[in-house]
Amino acid sequence: MQVPAPFTYERATSVEHAIELLGQLGPEARVVAGGHSLIPMMKLRLARPDALVDINDLGAELAQIRVDGDALVIGALARHADVLASAVVGEHFPIFHDAERVIADPVVRNFGTVGGSLCQADPAEDLAAVFAALDAVAVLRGAAGVREVRVRELHVGPYETVLAPDELMLELRVPIRPGGGSAYEKVERRVGDYPVAAAGAAVWLDGDTVRDVGIGLTAVGAEHFTAPAAEEALRGQPATEESFQAAARLAAEHCNPSADQRGPVDYKRHLAAELTTRALRRAAARARGQEA
Amino acid sequence: MEVSININGTAETHDVEPRLLLVHFIREKAGLRGTHWGCDTSNCGTCVVWLDGKPVKSCTVFAAMADGHEVRTVEGLDQGGQLDPVQEGFMECHGLQCGFCTPGMLMTARALLDANPDPTDPEIREAISGQLCRCTGYENIVRSVRWAAEKEAGGPVTESETPVEAKA
Repeated sequence: MQVPAPFTYERATSVEHAIELLGQLGPEARVVAGGHSLIPMMKLRLARPDALVDINDLGAELAQIRVDGDALVIGALARHADVLASAVVGEHFPIFHDAERVIADPVVRNFGTVGGSLCQADPAEDLAAVFAALDAVAVLRGAAGVREVRVRELHVGPYETVLAPDELMLELRVPIRPGGGSAYEKVERRVGDYPVAAAGAAVWLDGDTVRDVGIGLTAVGAEHFTAPAAEEALRGQPATEESFQAAARLAAEHCNPSADQRGPVDYKRHLAAELTTRALRRAAARARGQEA
Repeated sequence: MEVSININGTAETHDVEPRLLLVHFIREKAGLRGTHWGCDTSNCGTCVVWLDGKPVKSCTVFAAMADGHEVRTVEGLDQGGQLDPVQEGFMECHGLQCGFCTPGMLMTARALLDANPDPTDPEIREAISGQLCRCTGYENIVRSVRWAAEKEAGGPVTESETPVEAKA
């Protein structure tokens, strides 16, 4: 039987209360939402928090999915299943539905949350690549107030984020811009496993020219889950198969995969290039309205 | 800490450690052994129960997190002694061999049919994709869920006499 180390349990009744509790309990306290990343690590005693602050009752404040001005807003406590079921998410950013369909399995998606996935900062996590491709902003709140951090600057390393111990992620804001399309491509060994590699792309077109592009990569050691050299090379280029492949090669060259039981380095690098090409191709087709 | 969970309509209140997992609360504290405890790593899905109406893996939820909430287990599927159609379907279509994965499969199947009364076979397979049958009896599990869907729709129900092998 896997038994976590003892901890004290507190249940937050509001966002203010959660932040207050985190301040009182100190840096060894952790927020628990879905718990589907944290609890397995606690069972293996890879994580040993002194205290858990349960935020599951804060759905009214933290689980909304809505359009606010020119941004899609996804609450940190939104469940993966809610994102997958959301029509407004699919209408603006089909990349989320591509990714959510292959995150964990349907039962895990019922409880696991968007904010939990991002804050766990697993180097093979899918949504970090999605939000990085879309250049989303995370809204954080602590005792000192509210601040916004680009998801591209949220992760400082494996299992490590810029969140202070008393900060709570409130929501993700994804800028909505016209002329865009987005897609996510992943290879996994079986349902529920970590990806061998995955790539997300968002493309904004001016006619047949790539006006702007975002690329996110996961499980291949890409710094901040991004591929800035590939994005830079593709901006202003014609939206063709040749440009996509050239950018994807750059993305693969600049990432840093590790060999493990999911595959050797050269295979993962090959996947990084191939999946980036496929994601760019589908994102562009969607921007042109040629694909749902 | 005192944790009170409404399980199948009955309040179960027990003094537990915060680190007690929901699956162990259900089995050891409430004495409901229908929910099985399997891999302990949220892979196998035999521990699936409903938490506030949605299937979750109860080995990956602390009992404390379910305090004040509603849980439904496999013991809560039948209505006054009348088996749920998914339970009947598993009987009719040989949906279980060793039976270890069955409680989780039944809970997920019930949730699927509540949300989608006429699922396709790929939709059934998708719904149970987070659950493992180590007898590898998936073909008959899918048939069992189809049987339940057809029964609930009032349409023609697969004959239980149909040899299982004939369709495999």
